[in-house]
Amino acid sequence: MTNAENKIATLDVEGISLQSVSLWQITWRRLFRRISAVIGMIVLGILILIALTAQWLAPYDPTIPMMDMNPPEPAKPRQDPCIHAFGCPKDQPQHIAGTDGNVRDQFSRLLYGARLSLMVGFSTVTFAIIIGTVLGAIAGYIGGWLDNIIMRFMDVLLAFPSLLLAIAIVTVLGPGLINALLAIGIVSIPSYARVVRASVLSVREMDYVSASRALGGDMTQILFRRILPNALTPLIVQGTLGIATAILDAAALSFLGLGAQPPTPEWGSMLGAERNQVFTAPHLVFLPGIAIALTVLAFNLLGDGLRDALDPRLAHIS
Amino acid sequence: MYQYQHGKTGSNRELIRVENLVKYFPVRAGLLQRVVNHVRAVDDVSFTIKEGETLGLVGESGCGKTTVGRTMLRLIEPTSGSIIFDDRDISQLKGREMKDIRREMQIIFQDPYASLDPRMPVGDSVMEGLNIHGIGTPQRRFEIMMEVMKWVGLEEYHARRYPHEFSGGQRQRIGIARALALMPKFVICDEPVSALDVSIQSQILNILKEIQSEFHLTYLFIAHNLSVVEHISDRVAVMYLGKVVEMTTRDELYRNPLHPYTKALMSAIPIPNPHLKRERTILTGDIPSPLNPPNGCRFHTRCPFAMDICSQEEPVFHETKLDHWVACWLTD
Repeated sequence: MTNAENKIATLDVEGISLQSVSLWQITWRRLFRRISAVIGMIVLGILILIALTAQWLAPYDPTIPMMDMNPPEPAKPRQDPCIHAFGCPKDQPQHIAGTDGNVRDQFSRLLYGARLSLMVGFSTVTFAIIIGTVLGAIAGYIGGWLDNIIMRFMDVLLAFPSLLLAIAIVTVLGPGLINALLAIGIVSIPSYARVVRASVLSVREMDYVSASRALGGDMTQILFRRILPNALTPLIVQGTLGIATAILDAAALSFLGLGAQPPTPEWGSMLGAERNQVFTAPHLVFLPGIAIALTVLAFNLLGDGLRDALDPRLAHIS
Repeated sequence: MYQYQHGKTGSNRELIRVENLVKYFPVRAGLLQRVVNHVRAVDDVSFTIKEGETLGLVGESGCGKTTVGRTMLRLIEPTSGSIIFDDRDISQLKGREMKDIRREMQIIFQDPYASLDPRMPVGDSVMEGLNIHGIGTPQRRFEIMMEVMKWVGLEEYHARRYPHEFSGGQRQRIGIARALALMPKFVICDEPVSALDVSIQSQILNILKEIQSEFHLTYLFIAHNLSVVEHISDRVAVMYLGKVVEMTTRDELYRNPLHPYTKALMSAIPIPNPHLKRERTILTGDIPSPLNPPNGCRFHTRCPFAMDICSQEEPVFHETKLDHWVACWLTD
């Protein structure tokens, strides 16, 4: 089959240079025409770059307090930002974003925080999407009592405020980053399951699915080759927006001390640890806060752009 | 040349016999989703189709034409009745046996926009059946696909394009190509031209006719356009509210319709001469709900010739003349 598929992809007839365009390519093009989505992608690109290169970008280790290091003048707790280029005395060690209460370089912590936040976002959403897709596809494709059981359980999960449920789960499992991820993942399963179920239900009734059945395709072939590929577009939007929510939830859990534990550089816990110093050392509170807001905003912009680009009502405008 | 396996044996052999086909869709309601009623989409329908002929199936929207077609392919499971294809009852077949039968019967859908997978190049759609049944080598399947594309008037380079790059008429050709790739004996054409422009309709009809005569195909042609049916059918069955009310040869039906419903349909065909006066039977009211069909003859609520007996007893579907079947008390 792959052999023949390659043939179709490379098939060219002399004199005809018209390219064929798949739906993905159209979506991609439309996405690039939306300024907000492009801004979202740029910000995300920078964040991902920072996350990948944090160990080279960061001037200090983000977890080790620098007490009595760096003579002649050791760093002090909650020191204001010191940037040599902006007139900070050259004999002082440079801390672009100052130091936190435990004399750790805030800038290095912020860079490493990007790594953690993106990891949190992608891993929880991947976890939730996999389980949500399986449950939603079963509910939508098989239907009947199985559909009822699965979806009523999802309704129960959805009935709790998500953060409260996540706190409950973390309380049972014990605080820690992994447990927080698990909690956020579980809490966000229902929204994915619902989206997948709804689109499986509508795609299932399409004539091309009937055609597959008439041609002799069996249930698994039809589900994986016909229904799921066509049902997953709303999931892409939901997933992108879901990453933003997951990052926000993880930050909230960490802020409450239920997520990442010190000294892990996590934006939420950095914010939580220094919240009482908001007037004396505002940079310690605002910089992690701005980082969270920026990341969430970038994912939301991209998600909205994707939603427009994937809108089936615009399918004929390329 | 890609050859059909079954020969061109012109014969009077029955290829399909549908006997007492019934399809009720349950209507569920309430907290416990109990079945409270049934939509009687197809209620005791019987007919036969001979090898190489085209049976037209006409009727208003919602009369059950499409359900008959899809039930015959087991895309919808029949409630009762039997479908005998090539001397085998396929209404109970399962798994492997059903899969093998599917090679021999195919369907062409009404809506060319919904009938192709938007994420696949159309060449893959046409090859889908060959892949499912593992016919030949991948190389061979590719050649077959190219051949079939040519039958329906598409070029080689079309194969790698996606459905959204085609017009409605072209998509319908791709749908036809997909159905033909498996070399079926029997094809259900479920209103294949009603979604198309009039100028494209005749092209598609001609393709269907050419292919039929070349490969000795048997068609069930579902439509609500009587002119289209007249053009393509050998015999015609008229459906009303889940039942076949009249069935005969095309010429007989168009010259001498017996059932009042058929007469009304015939008089609704537009004719191009405005000065020609003709007797018109105009139906009033809407088609009754198949949830609760009228007693007796289902047509009596709208029939201009309704008698007392019509609302009490159901007329028997009987042969009044040679090969002219009708269900009406007037002809008894």
